[in-house]
This record gives sequence, structure tokens and C-alpha cells, in this order.
Amino acid sequence: MSVQDYLLFAAALFSVGLYGALSQQSIVMIMMGLELMLNAVIVGAAAFWYFSSPRQADGQVLVLIAVTVMAVEMAAGFAVTTAVFRARDVDMTDMTADLKG
Amino acid sequence: MWQQIVFWLCAAGAVASGVAVFRVDSMARATFALLASFVFAAVTVLLVDLAYLGVLVLLMMIMEMVIMVLFMVMYMMNPAGLMPMTMVHNQKGALGISAGTFAVLTAVVYLVDWPSSGAARPADPAHALGEAIMGSKMLVMIVVGLALFATIVTTVVLATHRGRYDRYGDRLDRRSPDDPVRGGVGR
Repeated sequence: MSVQDYLLFAAALFSVGLYGALSQQSIVMIMMGLELMLNAVIVGAAAFWYFSSPRQADGQVLVLIAVTVMAVEMAAGFAVTTAVFRARDVDMTDMTADLKG
Repeated sequence: MWQQIVFWLCAAGAVASGVAVFRVDSMARATFALLASFVFAAVTVLLVDLAYLGVLVLLMMIMEMVIMVLFMVMYMMNPAGLMPMTMVHNQKGALGISAGTFAVLTAVVYLVDWPSSGAARPADPAHALGEAIMGSKMLVMIVVGLALFATIVTTVVLATHRGRYDRYGDRLDRRSPDDPVRGGVGR
């Protein structure tokens, strides 16, 4: 195992998540794509801690932040989904294109 | 050697189940595919000596995905996969962008000379993490705590039921309630 292997793995996870976030219509599926992208951040930060700077805990702290961001993203995302669904009976992104320029 | 094998198996498994999330029809299956992807990724975190963080990710993701299944079934256009429909838009563009991103990131991964450290790794990484977040990285912990509290307030405010002020306006002077779905008494 090397840092390149881990980063390649993280890049693959990130790209799959990006595809999901861009292509899905359902708001919940977009959140799944975002979660995959954040998972890539966790893998990358853990690899950097192990291979590049095991003496400082910065990489571990970054993993902790990514885990928190995942939890916040899930909670806030579902709350927004609930609010949008209540207000307009909408569960698809194409139906909430108010800010489309 | 066994670590190499486990790493590549888990990496392939995580990416494959990540792809499966957007391929399967049933939303319960998609959520559990995402859970499998997270579990495989957590195993690779465990491989780099991060026992505490690996187990943390593992436990949190299992809980999160079990909750997510409920929301998936609640808010999906096609919850059980019984009604074939397309749930994507601009698929070719998304595929092109993500493939391009992967190509760029892969090039960066192999072209950049990543720093490597020969320094001894701490015997107990969890201990080092604990000392960091209670010492030099305490600001991170404070901000994370505030952000989580703000999230609690936000989610409650967003998810509360529509009350009379939503329906009849700020001064309760609307004659007929402003509801997303018409029907019921008094319309």
C-alpha cells in the first residue's frame, strides 16, 4: 500500500459520488452522491496522516471534521427535503429550479 | 502482503457498491449498497492503524444508513423499484464531467511527488487525536460543537409542521389558507 493507492481509491470514490450528485433527480439520491464524495475525503485524509505526517494528528482531525460534515449534511438535507416537500409537494430537483439563471 | 490484498479487495468493493447505488432500482437496495461502500472504505481506514476512527466511521455509517432507508422510502419517486422510470437528468454530461474529474485526479495522484515521512508512528493514534483536539486543535472541536448545535436548531425549524402563520399569513389575515395541496374543509 502506498499513498498513491489510497489517493487513487479516493479519486474513484469522489468521481462516482460526483456522477451521482450531478445526474440524479431525486434530492435524496443527490445526498447519497455527496456522502460518497465526503467518504473519499475520509479515505484521503487517513492516508495522508499515515503516509505523510503521522507525528501530527492533523489528518485524524480532518477525518473527524469530514465525519461531522457527513452527519450535518444528512440531517440538514433531510430537513430541507421535508420542508420543500411540505411546502410544495416536490421531491425532484427539476421542480425546484427557482434560482436557475 | 495480506494488507495489500485486503486493501485492493475493499477498494474495488467500495467503488463497485458506490456505482451500484446509482444503478439499482430499489431504493432500499441503493441505501444498503451505499452502506456496503462505507463499510469497505472504513476497512481501508482500519488498515492504516486508525482503529478508533475506522470503528467510528463504521458505527456511524451503519446507523446513518438504517435511518436513511426510511427517508429513501418516504421521499423516493420509485421507492420499491416496482415502477420502472428514469431518475436521472443530463446523464451524458454528468458521466463526462465525473470521468474527466477522475482522469485529472489520477494524473495528479501519479504526477505529484507526495511527501513521505519516515518518522515513527505514534503507538496509540487515538491518544494522539484526543490530545490534539483537547490541545492545539481545540478550536476545531469548538466549531464542530457549535455547528452541530446549529444543525439541531435548523433541522427542527425546517421540519416542524406548517402552522397557522404558514397557512394564514404573518397577520393571520388570509381568507383561505395557502396550502400546497388543495382540498379539504373550507375550500
